[in-house]
Amino acid sequence: MTKGLRGLSLRLVLIFMTLLTWELLVRGLSVPAFILPAPTSIAMALYRGIASTLYLDHIWITLAETLMGFVLGTVLAFTLGIAVALSRRIEYFLYPFIVMFQAMPKVALAPLIIIWFGLGITSKVVSAALVAFFPLMVNTIVGLRSADEDRINLMRSLAASRWQIFWMLQLPNAMPYIFAGLEIAMIFALIGAIVGEFVGATSGLGMLIQSMNFTMDVAGQFSILLILSMLGLVLNGIVGEVRKRVLFWDPSQKVDAAGSAAAGKGGVS
Amino acid sequence: MRIATPAIETAAVGDVITVRRLSKRYGNRADAILALKDIDFTVPDCEFLSIVGPSGCGKSTLLKILAGLLPATDGEAALNGTPIDGPRQDIGVVFQSPVLFPWRSVLGNVLLPADVQRLGRDEMTKRAYDLLKLVGLDGFEKRYPWELSGGMQQRVALVRALIHDPALLLMDEPFGALDAMTRESMNVELQRIWLERRKTVVFITHSTAEAVFLGDRVMVMTPRPGQIGDFFRVDLPRPRALDVMNTEKFGTYVRRIRTVLNAGGGLE
Repeated sequence: MTKGLRGLSLRLVLIFMTLLTWELLVRGLSVPAFILPAPTSIAMALYRGIASTLYLDHIWITLAETLMGFVLGTVLAFTLGIAVALSRRIEYFLYPFIVMFQAMPKVALAPLIIIWFGLGITSKVVSAALVAFFPLMVNTIVGLRSADEDRINLMRSLAASRWQIFWMLQLPNAMPYIFAGLEIAMIFALIGAIVGEFVGATSGLGMLIQSMNFTMDVAGQFSILLILSMLGLVLNGIVGEVRKRVLFWDPSQKVDAAGSAAAGKGGVS
Repeated sequence: MRIATPAIETAAVGDVITVRRLSKRYGNRADAILALKDIDFTVPDCEFLSIVGPSGCGKSTLLKILAGLLPATDGEAALNGTPIDGPRQDIGVVFQSPVLFPWRSVLGNVLLPADVQRLGRDEMTKRAYDLLKLVGLDGFEKRYPWELSGGMQQRVALVRALIHDPALLLMDEPFGALDAMTRESMNVELQRIWLERRKTVVFITHSTAEAVFLGDRVMVMTPRPGQIGDFFRVDLPRPRALDVMNTEKFGTYVRRIRTVLNAGGGLE
């Protein structure tokens, strides 16, 4: 306990020292604010943005886009993942498309999506869903196929139907993989929403960064980056917390291993 | 007239398993492997049949065919007069590893066959508690598999195989993965359970001593192709204690079985 406390205070000291050095360097060398703003001016920008409720409206928009995109991407990834995992025929016909889409950087589709779905929130939801979709679908397929042969034989020896094998064995067995996929999908949905806003939007944190870029408000951009990383942490934390509750039975590190494997495969940046 | 002749009695009890000229080939070209050749045997009701043989003698293949997990190439196997042509609900199987589902509690694992076969949950839960008590696991119902030792896990697997009161219990080297001490105590346990809940059992092992200790009869198999070498009726009184293994009679059984295995090229 004392050891953990000491580690925590050491970290805080380190962060404080970094910010202090940053502040002193910027002031001492008189670095222009449009190159690198001092931490104090970033804090000021953050305070002003939140106090004027300007940021809050945009946070809400981006959050809504991210969550709706996450839900849409998740539903599609589940449906297709289950279909592909259970039917060799569906896999056979869908496989070329899956491979092609997987190799493509999904964010490159953002301009097209804006053309098709307009400048409103819909295009961002679609973009978020598209980016979130693949890592979860791949993990769902791998998870459903990873059921141990002995366990399948056990279910078969009980004269279980195909659906019973799916519900009682394959689906619970795939949960560690699915949750690893969900954690990635959550962060990817945020990326998708921001990229969509970059390309064309009337509101949202990504649009705000873009417009601040035109006015050389670098301190403002930094303050939004800070908000975005907080947003990412909170969203990821929520999924992680749900995972801990659902996967109480999975004491292994399987989840993390599957997560990093899928992150490598998903390949969006 | 209440006097039944022995012949009628035998006919009434009958054989639970009948295996006739059973063969199994893997592949169907010239390089096909003959795993089982002309297997012929019957198992009467409530008999404990041990099947012993070296690896590759086809004993696991035979068990999979009896469980309905594999089709036979030739011949037939029947359970209570009906041919086994697929998985059926009146068979319980214990595999070499416990094969428990980590997301189900001990009770949940035990009730898996009841869930699959949609048997009454209340009645089955009561039965589960009784059986768990029988194997010495009362109080562990709410625990999860990873909290149990290997021997305890295999007991859970045994209860799961018995929960739906199957006509036949198939055991495929169930204690092969346990350490020697646990294995011996599991053998004593299994005998006790079997004496309490009489059931037809086919028990596969590669340990000659285990086969003799547990079996009413031992079927010896020899490899390449898998064939029946011989049968031995084990005439040792039950319940058998572990020190029966030190007796002259037990040693003789083991020696005679080894001779059959050696003649079949089974032992290295």
